[in-house]
Amino acid sequence: MDSDNEFLDNVDSGNVSSGDEGDEDFGMDVDPASSTERQLDTEEYQYKVLTTDEIVQHQREIIDEVNVVLKLSTPTTRILLNHFKWDKEKLFEKYFDGNPEEFFKCAHVINPFSKGTEAVRQKTTRNHPEECEICFSLLPPDSMTGLECGHRFCLTCWREYLTTKILTEGLGQTISCAAHGCDILVDDVTVTKLVPDTRVKVKYQQLITNSFVECNQLLRWCPSVDCTYAIKVNYAESRLVRCKCGHVFCFACGENWHEPVQCRWLKKWIKKCDDDSETSNWIAANTKECPKCSVTIEKDGGCNHMVCKNQNCKYDFCWVCLGSWEPHGSSWYNCNRYDEDEAKAARDAQEKLRSSLARYLHYYNRYMNHMQSMKFENKLYASVKQKMEEMQQHNMSWIEVQFLKKAVDILCQCRQTLMYTYVFAYYLKKNNQSMIFEDNQKDLESATEMLSEYLERDITSENLADIKQKVQDKYRYCEKRRTVLLDHVHEGYEKDWWDYTE
Amino acid sequence: MSSLPRRIIKETQRLMQEPVPGINAIPDENNARYFHVIVTGPNDSPFEGGVFKLELFLPEDYPMSAPKVRFITKIYHPNIDRLGRICLDVLKDKWSPALQIRTILLSIQALLSAPNPDDPLANDVAELWKVNEAEAIRNAREWTQKYAVED
Ligand SMILES: [Zn+2]
Ligand SMILES: [Zn+2]
Ligand SMILES: [Zn+2]
Ligand SMILES: [Zn+2]
Ligand SMILES: [Zn+2]
Ligand SMILES: [Zn+2]
Repeated sequence: MDSDNEFLDNVDSGNVSSGDEGDEDFGMDVDPASSTERQLDTEEYQYKVLTTDEIVQHQREIIDEVNVVLKLSTPTTRILLNHFKWDKEKLFEKYFDGNPEEFFKCAHVINPFSKGTEAVRQKTTRNHPEECEICFSLLPPDSMTGLECGHRFCLTCWREYLTTKILTEGLGQTISCAAHGCDILVDDVTVTKLVPDTRVKVKYQQLITNSFVECNQLLRWCPSVDCTYAIKVNYAESRLVRCKCGHVFCFACGENWHEPVQCRWLKKWIKKCDDDSETSNWIAANTKECPKCSVTIEKDGGCNHMVCKNQNCKYDFCWVCLGSWEPHGSSWYNCNRYDEDEAKAARDAQEKLRSSLARYLHYYNRYMNHMQSMKFENKLYASVKQKMEEMQQHNMSWIEVQFLKKAVDILCQCRQTLMYTYVFAYYLKKNNQSMIFEDNQKDLESATEMLSEYLERDITSENLADIKQKVQDKYRYCEKRRTVLLDHVHEGYEKDWWDYTE
Repeated sequence: MSSLPRRIIKETQRLMQEPVPGINAIPDENNARYFHVIVTGPNDSPFEGGVFKLELFLPEDYPMSAPKVRFITKIYHPNIDRLGRICLDVLKDKWSPALQIRTILLSIQALLSAPNPDDPLANDVAELWKVNEAEAIRNAREWTQKYAVED
C-alpha cells in the first residue's frame, strides 16, 4: 500500500503552502477593490488545493512526522492518527500523558510494547489444524491468520469479511477484528494483504483517504459535484477558498462564500428554510401577478424592475415588494427595510405568529430573490459574451471589451453579498448600527438593481462605443457600496456591535 | 438457490445435536436457510410461561451479514415492535461472522429477561416501561397469557 506512493514525485516541499498560487488565482477573478478580501490576502491567508495523490502524500508526511518520534509501525501510527483525527499534537500529548495501556486501548490497537502480545504470538505458532470459527473448516495453521488480539480466522473468511465491510458497509480505517466483541482495528497493510481484488483495494484506498479528509480539521473536500480536489488550510476558520475547479466556498462550513453573515447563522437559516419549505415553495415560484391588472407575469431576467406585459397596463413595479418602481431609483428607496413599526401594529396577541412569519417571509423573499437573480445572471454572461464579440467587430480590442465581463462578475458578487445580508439581517436585533447596516444594504441593493437593469436593457449595438464609461462608473459604484457594507459589518464583529435575536 | 455452505450445514447439525434449553430452531423442509424458532419466556420475567414463535432467515451472504429474525407471536416488549422486529445490537452493527444462530437466539432470550427501554423500538411501550414499570410489566404478562400461552 505504502509503496504505491513512493513513486509520486515529491515536488511539494511540505505542508507550508505557497501563498503565491492563491494570490494569482485571486487577481484573476476576485474583486480587487474589496478591502476585506485584500486584508485576508496576506501571508496568513494561505490555502492550497490538493489532488487526491497529494492528499495521500500529505497523509504519509504526517505519519512520518509522528514516527520520527514514536517509532511505531506505519500502519499502527496510521490507526492512532485516525483516532486523534489526524491531530498529531493531540496524539503526542496523550501519548506522553503516561498511560500507554489506556492510550492504545482507546485507539483500538494492541499495545505493541505489552508482554501479552508475545504470548499470543507464541500460542499461534502451533502445528495442528485449527477450526475457523466462521466457516467451520478444519485448516492447517498457515491458512489461518489474525491480528495481534489473537483471533484467528481462515484467509478466505478474512477476505470475504473485509470485502463485505468495504463494499457493503463502506468502512475503511474503522474495520474491526471479525471476532464478536473485539474492537481491535484492522490496519491498512493487513487489509491490502488479505484482499487481492484490485477493485476492492481501490475502494478501500478511497475510503481511508476520504476519512482522512473528513476528520482532519485543516482539510475539506470541494463541495462541487464530481470535484475531487480538497482544500488544505493552515488554520481552520471561516474564509473564502477557491478550488481549481472554479468553485468558491467557505472553508469552515462548505457553503458558498457567504460574507457578511457568519457560518452559524447561515446554518440556522438554511435549516429554517428547509423546515419551512412548504411556505417557501409558493414564494419561490417564478410568477407573480401584476399589482395593478392582475395579469400573471413571469420573471425572466435578474432585474427586479418589472414592466407589466399587458399593453394596456405597462405598470412599472418592483418584483420584490410589488410597489411602484418609481421610488426605487431614488434616494428614499426602502424596499429592503422591514418596517418594524408597521409590523408592531399587526402584532397583537393573536397575530403574533402571523407577524413572525411575515417577518421571516420578508427576509426570505429578498434572499430567494437575489438567489434567483444570480441564476439568471448566467444567461447574462452568455448575452454579454455576444455583445463583447460585437464590440470587437466595432474596432474595439479584446482587452478593451473585458469591462463587460467584469461588470457581470461584480453584479454576481453584489447579488451574492446581498443575498447573505438578508440572512444576517434576519437574526439581527435593531440598534443604531443595524440601521446603518440597513442603509448600506439599501444603497448596495439599489446600485445593484441599476447595474442589472443597465446590463440587461441598455446595451445595444448602436451605443457600444460610448457605453464603456457608463458601465464602468456603475460597477465601480457597486463595488464601492459592497466594500462599504462589508467593512461596516466586519468592524461590527470586531467592536461587538451586533446583537442577535436568538 | 446456490448450494448450502458448509458453515450452514454444520451449524444446523450442531444446533440439532446440542439443543439449548428453552430454545428450539428447526430448518424448514423446503428451505434450509429458513428456521422455525420457538423461544420460551425466561423464568422470573413477565414472559414466563409463554411460548414465542419466531422466524429466522439466513441471507445469501450469511455469515458475513446477520440473520434476519422476527417474532411471530405478539409480544409486549420495549425493544420489539408491532411487526415483531427486534432491536438488538448483535443483529445490527455488533454482528460478527463468528456469532451463530445459537448465540443470537440466546441474546434474544436474554433480551426478554432484561428489556432496555432506553434503546426502544416500540416507543409507546418503552415510554410506559420508563414511567410506570409496574403497569408495563402487567401488560407484558397479560399479552403473554393472551397470545403466547396455548390452552
Ligand atoms: Zn474460514
Ligand atoms: Zn480480535
Ligand atoms: Zn472543486
Ligand atoms: Zn461558512
Ligand atoms: Zn398590469
Ligand atoms: Zn421593492
